[in-house]
Amino acid sequence: MRTDPLFQPVASEVRSTRTVSLTFNDKTFSVPAGISVAAALLMSGVNRFRATPVSESPRAPYCMMGVCFECLVEIDGVPNRQSCLIDVADGMRIHSQEGARDLVYQPVNVLAVEVQS
Amino acid sequence: MSDSRQRQGDVLVIGGGIHGLSTAFHLAQRGVKVTVLEADYCGRHASGVNAGGVRTLGRHTPEIPLALSSRQLWHEMKGVLGDDGGFVPSGQLKLAESLAELEECRQRVAQLQALGFSHEVLIDQQQVFEIIPTVARHVVGGIWVKDDGFAVPYKTVTAFRLAAQKLGVLVHETTPAQRIEQTDSQWRVTTARGVYTAEHLVVTAGAWAGELAAQIGEPVPVHPEGLMLMVTHRVAPFCAPVLGATGRSLSFKQFANGTVVIGGKLMGSLDFPARHGEVDMTRLGTSARTVTDLFPHLKNLGVNRVWAGVEAFTADDLPVIGASRKASNLSYSFGFCGSGFQMGPGTGKRLAQQILGEHSDISLDAFAVDRFEKAALLTPLSALKTATSIPHH
Amino acid sequence: MNLETVDVVVIGAGAAGMSAAAELARLGLQVVLLDEQGSPGGQIYRGITLAPLSRRDMLGPDYAHGNQLAQALASSSVRYEKGAAVWQVTRDHQVSYLREGRLHTLQAKAVLLATGAMERPFPISGWTLPGVMSAGAAQILLKSAGLAPNEPVVLAGCGPLLYLLGWQYLRAGVPIKALVDTTRPEDYWRARRHLFAALRAWPYLRKGLELMRSLRSAGIAHYTGAEHLAVEGDEAATALTFTAAGKTQQVATRCVLLHQGVVPNIQFSQSLRARHEWDADQLCFSPVVDPWGELDVPGVYVAGDGAGIGGALAAAVQGQLAALGIASRLGSINTAQRDHQAEPLRAKLESNLRIRPFLDALYQPKEENRIPADDVMVCRCEEVTAGDLRGFVALGCAGPNQAKSFGRCGMGPCQGRLCGLTVTEVIAKARGVSASEVGYYRIRPPIKPITLGELAGE
Repeated sequence: MRTDPLFQPVASEVRSTRTVSLTFNDKTFSVPAGISVAAALLMSGVNRFRATPVSESPRAPYCMMGVCFECLVEIDGVPNRQSCLIDVADGMRIHSQEGARDLVYQPVNVLAVEVQS
Repeated sequence: MSDSRQRQGDVLVIGGGIHGLSTAFHLAQRGVKVTVLEADYCGRHASGVNAGGVRTLGRHTPEIPLALSSRQLWHEMKGVLGDDGGFVPSGQLKLAESLAELEECRQRVAQLQALGFSHEVLIDQQQVFEIIPTVARHVVGGIWVKDDGFAVPYKTVTAFRLAAQKLGVLVHETTPAQRIEQTDSQWRVTTARGVYTAEHLVVTAGAWAGELAAQIGEPVPVHPEGLMLMVTHRVAPFCAPVLGATGRSLSFKQFANGTVVIGGKLMGSLDFPARHGEVDMTRLGTSARTVTDLFPHLKNLGVNRVWAGVEAFTADDLPVIGASRKASNLSYSFGFCGSGFQMGPGTGKRLAQQILGEHSDISLDAFAVDRFEKAALLTPLSALKTATSIPHH
Repeated sequence: MNLETVDVVVIGAGAAGMSAAAELARLGLQVVLLDEQGSPGGQIYRGITLAPLSRRDMLGPDYAHGNQLAQALASSSVRYEKGAAVWQVTRDHQVSYLREGRLHTLQAKAVLLATGAMERPFPISGWTLPGVMSAGAAQILLKSAGLAPNEPVVLAGCGPLLYLLGWQYLRAGVPIKALVDTTRPEDYWRARRHLFAALRAWPYLRKGLELMRSLRSAGIAHYTGAEHLAVEGDEAATALTFTAAGKTQQVATRCVLLHQGVVPNIQFSQSLRARHEWDADQLCFSPVVDPWGELDVPGVYVAGDGAGIGGALAAAVQGQLAALGIASRLGSINTAQRDHQAEPLRAKLESNLRIRPFLDALYQPKEENRIPADDVMVCRCEEVTAGDLRGFVALGCAGPNQAKSFGRCGMGPCQGRLCGLTVTEVIAKARGVSASEVGYYRIRPPIKPITLGELAGE
């Protein structure tokens, strides 16, 4: 992941005054409201969104229109979200997906029932 | 019916699924010249698109000896075919979610033990959690079969095909059989690509076998269904065995690549003339619910694809295996009611033995093609009462 | 799950969808328009209702034109549901979609698929590296977020969209390091037989020529006849290498934008088992439709680029024609009224499509960029290379559906969208048969993924 963003706002554009705050891999970013999560990450210097489950190769968005499924990230605990189709929201917690997504289970206190054999 | 002189004869097999290819392979191993005629491509239908369960658990008792013998072949497949078809001896576990269900399981295991079968074992809650730690805590026990498992259907079919072809079996794909008739002790099969003849004919054409049997005046009450399966996105490993449930429909397994396949004889619909199982995803809600009840942490797991395969169901939920009762030199193996994949290796071997006139301890009486006429006069349980003997070979 | 009955469901709020929906409403029908984006416009008019004036200006008049369609939609009685991801359309006109985490199913009397096009895959060595995107993706970043590359970018491939993007970047002051054009002199020669028709589409042709002139006079390094394109880099793109005019070039860049045309998005039409044909000019599968856009699945229509690439203006007209066809099928107008209203539209459509044969011939994607070398990734999701695929063929794999079973090719999250055409062509070439004979993936629902929890109704 490079610190230099791959994309930046076009110079001629009037910068939007509304911003939202979100985190990516626990690092906080301030991004304009009304853009997709993928766009927000790209302009924030995130150039690697995930590692593939087959060979752990680095991937980033390719089509930006919901067709390629390369932009998959975990958003607020839900994995495999297409970040190019979801707008940023204040307080969003985003994580990259590293290989096969680990869904951690919550073992509940067991109330073992007596079983007569 | 079968005659040792047939060992020199040649055989035509209609249907390139696991049953046809397994039969062809076992015949070819004995030097028989076999030609397989497949309408589409080998493994296009039930054999190639099922859930992959290699299961002796929960079988109708008449099937058990054949299933146990087939399971032995699964464990030896790598050595025999040169490819294990992706078989993993993960064990199969049927979950009981209440004491009443556990009681049902207990009775089942007792019934099998009375018949001399010990492959199904009753286990308690603690044992379940040892086998599958991630399952919901309301599960109270279940039935465990440790030598069952799962495989990759298309890989297995391809393994049989390649091994058969190595032994000289000719496989003709995109060659649908249209007419079968016997003239002068030769079978003639008319296909879209020409006519094939052989002394012996084997019909392993799945959902299309009934039509062929009817052609020679041996109708079988078999009807096709479209069974649905779901496969999810990948998820980190959390489930080693194949799982079923007692009170609701479920077949559930996680493959090495992390994807989860969910089935359980879910009925889709069928466009039979188009040879296409149709999916109706809105009917999968109950199945999805079963999964999230047992594994709440999977609620965010995406379903990647749903498909439906064409399976043949008979009137008594048992397959048709064995010699024709109407014509000579004709054998059948079809109608496995969605449970035929595991049976493929052993049934092919058993059928080859019958065709070659070899002895086997496994009786095929329960699978006789003419049982339906006879059964019409008896109660439905009669098929189960003719329990077969313990296999030893 | 709720089952609601409506007259027509239109899927996709791009040029064709917006146009069709508004027209259907005008003809007195009850319409639901579903689109997975948060605002209308599809891809060509992406973000049109949210773009500030300066952005619209920078993107050019063709883009701004989309606003008319959006406004017509807004002032119609169409029930427009944004953020709706359709995951199943059945042959008896049931449409199931996911919206805000909940499942809905609509029972329609007719369905219009207006899901448009997607960019043709561009399988070259290194195309999966971060920093490599399609030109359309970069254009979407521009349209929807006002973002452009941070440093000199390389545009590679061919086709109007690539040059349009270059022109838009020029206007925005974005530095373009190089335009690596795969167009060769032979392509102009092959396209010449359509030149007369192209001249009759003079306004379009003139726009294109002006665009190219701007790019040239801006002094951008323009390589033509580029071959053997490959992206270099380990963890991300660092350069694009290629040969042009007999010389091997290496252009250092972190951002490579690829484009070699667009193709119909056929996921829905294939999932309905509608008849498709291989288009030998556009080198893709298109659904077979009648003059009103109806598939061989009764009551299901396609309008716009999803029926064959024609561009935004043609798509809007096709949307209107499909609306007339549907309205007549549902009985709100008779066939005489339908045909009468269609007449001027057909002339307009013909005029809008006039330039296409010329463009298709001139910018036909090169074989080496469609049927790649062994080491190039074909299925990005499951990481299957062209060499792997050829290995499957040697083992008896005759078509794309067997390729799925042999090596999970096409079984990943994108369900064949980015590899389908490549797989068909690689197998066809390896077997020495036509793409038409090899066919395409069998497409199954869910067309967009839904979770077990959503399916369970939680």
